[in-house]
Amino acid sequence: MKDYLVLRIVTKLLLPFILLFGLYVQFHGDFGPGGGFQAGVIFASGFILYSLVYGVRAARRILPIGILRAGIAGGVLIYASVGIASFILGENYLNYGALDHHDPAHGQHLGIFLIELGVGTTVASVMMTVFFTFATWRED
Amino acid sequence: MEEFINVVILAFMAGTVVAIVMLRNLFAVVMLSGIYSLLAASIFVVLDAVDVAFTEAAVGAGISTVLFIATLALTTRYEKRPLHKPLLPLLVCLVTGAVLVYGSLDMAPFGHADAPAQKHVAPYYLEKTKADTGVPNVVTAVLASYRGYDTLGEVTVIFTAGIGVILLLGSWRRGLTTPAPHTEDEEA
Amino acid sequence: MDVFVSLYNYWIVIFLAMAGLYIVIARGNLIKKLVGLNVFQASVFILYISFGKVFGGTAPILADGIEVYSNPLPHVLILTAIVVGVATTALGLALVVRIRKE
Repeated sequence: MKDYLVLRIVTKLLLPFILLFGLYVQFHGDFGPGGGFQAGVIFASGFILYSLVYGVRAARRILPIGILRAGIAGGVLIYASVGIASFILGENYLNYGALDHHDPAHGQHLGIFLIELGVGTTVASVMMTVFFTFATWRED
Repeated sequence: MEEFINVVILAFMAGTVVAIVMLRNLFAVVMLSGIYSLLAASIFVVLDAVDVAFTEAAVGAGISTVLFIATLALTTRYEKRPLHKPLLPLLVCLVTGAVLVYGSLDMAPFGHADAPAQKHVAPYYLEKTKADTGVPNVVTAVLASYRGYDTLGEVTVIFTAGIGVILLLGSWRRGLTTPAPHTEDEEA
Repeated sequence: MDVFVSLYNYWIVIFLAMAGLYIVIARGNLIKKLVGLNVFQASVFILYISFGKVFGGTAPILADGIEVYSNPLPHVLILTAIVVGVATTALGLALVVRIRKE
């Protein structure tokens, strides 16, 4: 796509806004529509747009495959370890009220924030990995 | 007005599906399924499910269309003509549909506040969410807190599906050491 | 007319589901079959969201001065189902690519 000047420039202009919107959806999901699932997909679609226009090799240079694979597992680990943390603090598994003993509602809010982060990480990494895998597959 | 929009968008969806069944050009089929997802997202907005609409627009109309097109690039663009008339599948679908329509006559009318689905735990969530979690978006609160186990399971399913795709199509070692094998820009 | 309004959504959902089922069992092409599965899946989503709708209600984001909300529970179930659906579709497409090349 070396000749499509308009596409390349518009992609560069749009990309920061797509990623910023993804982050907004991630961290504002408690108050408005949004959350980890949506934010992960929007974040991934930003990078997919970039690799559609500039080629997968360029996208891989920004996002090495090791980071993506760490993200796939890391999100699930964040989620599960929040559960274990509430275990250790003396409550049931995934009962975030334990994260703040003085104000359980605040602990709940913190727990929701953390596990949405885990969900977003896993969903974004899986979507990007799946796309890169399809785009770079070849017959052996 | 709301009901009118509801009726019209659902009729559009039925039309889109008829076109999907008829067409044999797979590129057109994939594009129509993207439109189908977008129409589903608009119907979710009409039915007050803004979070779901958001997800369906991003996932159904965005990512899944891209994945289908990537698969078309790796396989084939046209569907072969069927060998014989599909009478038996048509009969199965008509009978199943007739049974389901008969069953739907007993269902609670659409949109009524005293339907059984509105009676059980939903009022509890709407009432207690603010005090329990301090999060105004009830969908997020139920997703992450009240039904956290459920969501943990879903995230594990996504994790497993990602691993499955890597095992099927990506070679684990080669992907880690060398950059993407063939990545000239026209490929994308 | 009253019956039409109260059951229209369910009938359209049944039509969409049967069209998806027909694509899955009558067509041989694997990509078309996956599109059919997606059509069926989306019809189930619409069924669930239709259960949750309350006339006169609004989206379940708590705000002052609003009394009636639609049911949040189906929204949660379907929200996760959509993302899981695309992950499993990706797995199915990977299988299609492998089957085609073997």
